[in-house]
Amino acid sequence: MSGPPAGQPSLADELERLEAIVRALEANDLDLDAALALFEEGVGRLRSARERLAAAQLRVRAVLQDADGTLRDTDIDA
Amino acid sequence: MSLPLPFSPALDTREVLSVGELAAAVKALIEGSIAPLWIRGEITGCKAWSSGHWYFTLRDATAQVRCCMWRTYAQRAGRPPADGTSVYVLGRPVLYEQKGEFQFLVQRLLPTAALGAQQREFERVKAALARDGLFDAARKRPLPRCPDRVAVVTSTDGAALRDIVTVTRKRWPCATLFVIASRVQGDGAAPELVAALTLVNRLEVEVCIVGRGGGAREDLIAFNDESVCRALAAVRVPTVSAVGHETDISLTDLVADLRAPTPSAAAEAVFADTADVRRRVHELGSRLARSLGRRAELLEERLARAGDRLEAAVDQRLARERHRAGRLGAELDALSPLRVLERGYAVPRDAAGRVLRRRAEFTAGRPFTLRVADGDVPARAE
Repeated sequence: MSGPPAGQPSLADELERLEAIVRALEANDLDLDAALALFEEGVGRLRSARERLAAAQLRVRAVLQDADGTLRDTDIDA
Repeated sequence: MSLPLPFSPALDTREVLSVGELAAAVKALIEGSIAPLWIRGEITGCKAWSSGHWYFTLRDATAQVRCCMWRTYAQRAGRPPADGTSVYVLGRPVLYEQKGEFQFLVQRLLPTAALGAQQREFERVKAALARDGLFDAARKRPLPRCPDRVAVVTSTDGAALRDIVTVTRKRWPCATLFVIASRVQGDGAAPELVAALTLVNRLEVEVCIVGRGGGAREDLIAFNDESVCRALAAVRVPTVSAVGHETDISLTDLVADLRAPTPSAAAEAVFADTADVRRRVHELGSRLARSLGRRAELLEERLARAGDRLEAAVDQRLARERHRAGRLGAELDALSPLRVLERGYAVPRDAAGRVLRRRAEFTAGRPFTLRVADGDVPARAE
């Protein structure tokens, strides 16, 4: 039995990681390959964060438990 | 001695009120000037009608008041109280005009003994939870900064959920709220809350809000229930308790990682304002861009330096090669066949240019050439 899938990492996690990347790059003590790899990752996360903020639409789900204990969640109108 | 007559012949009948007018005036006076209030007394003659309404008299040593409790309120009060029961009631005085009778319209009724028992239970549970360290500050977990997945344990028909949804939609529309419905008052509320809180641990959420909208003290007792408090403490993600009561603190408030005065306030505490997050994303974006800029400058400098060194190395190598080539040239010169020819030797070659080294290679009458120092000489074997 499992809850609803969590999908992608939370935006909070994404921003934390982005912050760490920026700090690491600003510290300037990485070798070039590592720095470029980090930069690339940072750009990806930045884009994803922006997209998520732009596409944001609150979802409200009702969590229900079936007789056999299975969890379901369905959209509710709230 | 003459007495003033109460009604003089000069009475102006236009100033006389009807009974209804008097009743209305008194009604306005009573109902307009006394706000809802609690009174204390003893029940006599409680009659529960099949309509669901209750009628009883409340009295003490000096007075008595007729009371009426409409079905909506009576339903919440449980069973009709027996004669002699000492109670607190919340209500307001009204005038029942048809009978010219003043009544107290009761909204809530609490046996004083039950209230005492409730208070004792509250103290017992509070002490037990404190003993087990459930209120310790060290237990309090910080809330995640901007969670995407939040569990909400509350009633689906109260204002609490609506308020949480409204605030969340405004502040943090990236979120998904997972609503686990539970009754929040009355019999059965506590076990439902326990089941809902237990279920939270099976969801992948980052924070859990449990609560309800404002209510009277006795409506909040499920949030003082020991099993509910322990289930809340066992929730694996940070928790926010929002039991909307301005003055009372519920025990879930003390157990939760954060206490919010209302469900709206809980949502505000959990969700950052998107505007703040947008600003943060923007700032991180420009810092990221600058961080590469700095890197790129360093890289450029390094490449330039490496280029200079490479060029110098190539120059050096070329000079060395040129020098070596010069030396080799001199050596080769010494070995050159031209030098040999200068000394008077000649090289015979046939028409195809092959060097003729043996007698057998010469055929009588066939021409060949002799290469001497300054050119070819035609020749013929005899």
